[in-house]
Amino acid sequence: MSALLEVRNVTKRFGGLTAVNDLSFDVSEGEVLALLGPNGSGKTTMMNMISGALKSSSGDINLAGAPITGLPPHRIAAKGVARTFQLVKILPSLDVRENVVAALAFRHDALWGKTAQDEADRLLAHAGLESRGSEMVENLTYIDQKRVELARALAAQPRLLLLDEWLAGLNPTELHIGIELIAMLRKSGMTILLVEHVMEAVRALCSRCVVMNAGSKIADGETHAVLADPEVIRAYLGEAHA
Amino acid sequence: MKTALGFLVALTVLTALAFAPLFVGPYQLGLLIGLTGYVTLASAWALFSGRTGYVSLATVAFFGIGAYTVAVLSETMPYPLVLLVAAAIGLCVALLVGLATLRLAGVYFVIFSFGLAELVRQLVTWFETSVNGTLGRYIFLPLEAEHIYWQLLALAALTLLLTWWIQRTRLGLALKVIADDETVASHIGINIAWTKIALFTLSAIIMTLVGAIQAPRWTYVEPAIVFSPTVSFLTLIMALFGGASRLWGPALGAIPLFLLFEWLSASFPNHYSILLGLLFIIIVFLLPRGVVGFIEDKFQRKSPADLVEKPARVKEADQ
Repeated sequence: MSALLEVRNVTKRFGGLTAVNDLSFDVSEGEVLALLGPNGSGKTTMMNMISGALKSSSGDINLAGAPITGLPPHRIAAKGVARTFQLVKILPSLDVRENVVAALAFRHDALWGKTAQDEADRLLAHAGLESRGSEMVENLTYIDQKRVELARALAAQPRLLLLDEWLAGLNPTELHIGIELIAMLRKSGMTILLVEHVMEAVRALCSRCVVMNAGSKIADGETHAVLADPEVIRAYLGEAHA
Repeated sequence: MKTALGFLVALTVLTALAFAPLFVGPYQLGLLIGLTGYVTLASAWALFSGRTGYVSLATVAFFGIGAYTVAVLSETMPYPLVLLVAAAIGLCVALLVGLATLRLAGVYFVIFSFGLAELVRQLVTWFETSVNGTLGRYIFLPLEAEHIYWQLLALAALTLLLTWWIQRTRLGLALKVIADDETVASHIGINIAWTKIALFTLSAIIMTLVGAIQAPRWTYVEPAIVFSPTVSFLTLIMALFGGASRLWGPALGAIPLFLLFEWLSASFPNHYSILLGLLFIIIVFLLPRGVVGFIEDKFQRKSPADLVEKPARVKEADQ
């Protein structure tokens, strides 16, 4: 497997604060990789630099060998990176179907009109929202809004999917559904980088983990090994548990 | 079916309006010209500001550029060519201004756009007095009032048609997405800066043409007249009064307000400005979402995001 995403010595400073410090890791084609770490360790900042929402202070980010460092989000999206957001971001003035059509209409091989509507319905059904395209997205439950967000991200036909705490805030039943949805994507060969606090999901979905603490990488390897690493446990739970 | 009916009604009204000069006197025709001018200005203003939330006070900058282009070139070029040149100048200025300023957010853009209009006025005044040694210019074009009216009517129809058409295109969808959430917009591949610049430029070209078409009517133009800030304010309040994010909103706002302003300025010439100010305040207080929005609220229909619901956008400008 070749590396689809290469993060090389990436640093992000906000004034005097170094949010991400000299971070390097790879995501291989078809891999589901978790980016872990306690709150404030720089995970979302890293995701934002990959999607273009933030510019890195230094370092390189490559997608399939081509640099995407510092490009604006719409250009990175065009190169095949799609994402969901930590706090679900839906388009409230549009209905469910239009939320997905919006992504279809602006991807590299744009769809429009009836073709786009049909494709949106297919993607929505795939995400568990069959025949609910005409509902206003604001009226949906939280998990259903997350499904819309996922369908919208998939509509872009991404080579790399970024899921930023996509499972956060779900109740146990919803969580189970959410994990199954991601498992389905993994099975289809989708390359996914996810930030997640739900360890159950990480164990079920990810073959490999990168752990950050205070902006730096403290572990990188197979999930079971990384989660047993004393330094990781210390970072997450404090000295007493190590 | 509904669309076809709408088109039929619009076409009937347009035809009736086109025949109006045959039945009205010169004063009424003058009113119709002013009215059609403002319907077009307000619709063009809403095309950009009503859909992006960027409140522009630069209307008169483009309007004045149009008028002045005609004043300067009408002696040396055939009239249709003058209009074309005016549109081209409007396009260039809009592109320049758009590239420079659409990264400004919220209230900064409002102030900049107001400043722009003043800057253009001062530049033209300076050029006329120190380079040409005059202030005003005369326009002698063999155009009757009804010719001006028909041109404006065609431009108004074109503006509404363009607005209607844009709502149906990917550009229209891009605008809705941007109004909802700029972060999502950029992450699904929308080039936010260019979307806004495209719309700003379209809107500016129409405003420039309104000025250019109306110019021959005045015979004499000078910067203080064609760059008067009142034009920007009237345009804005008409669009807001009708409902700036709706197709027919600005037109519906322009008609009653234009007639009211005409009546006020004729009846209370000394207190006109005070009354105008009061009216602005009342409209913004009572109808923050415009007449069309107000009616929709009354009938409990789900309405998309409106201009006044999310006015100032004080967030990081798009990259």
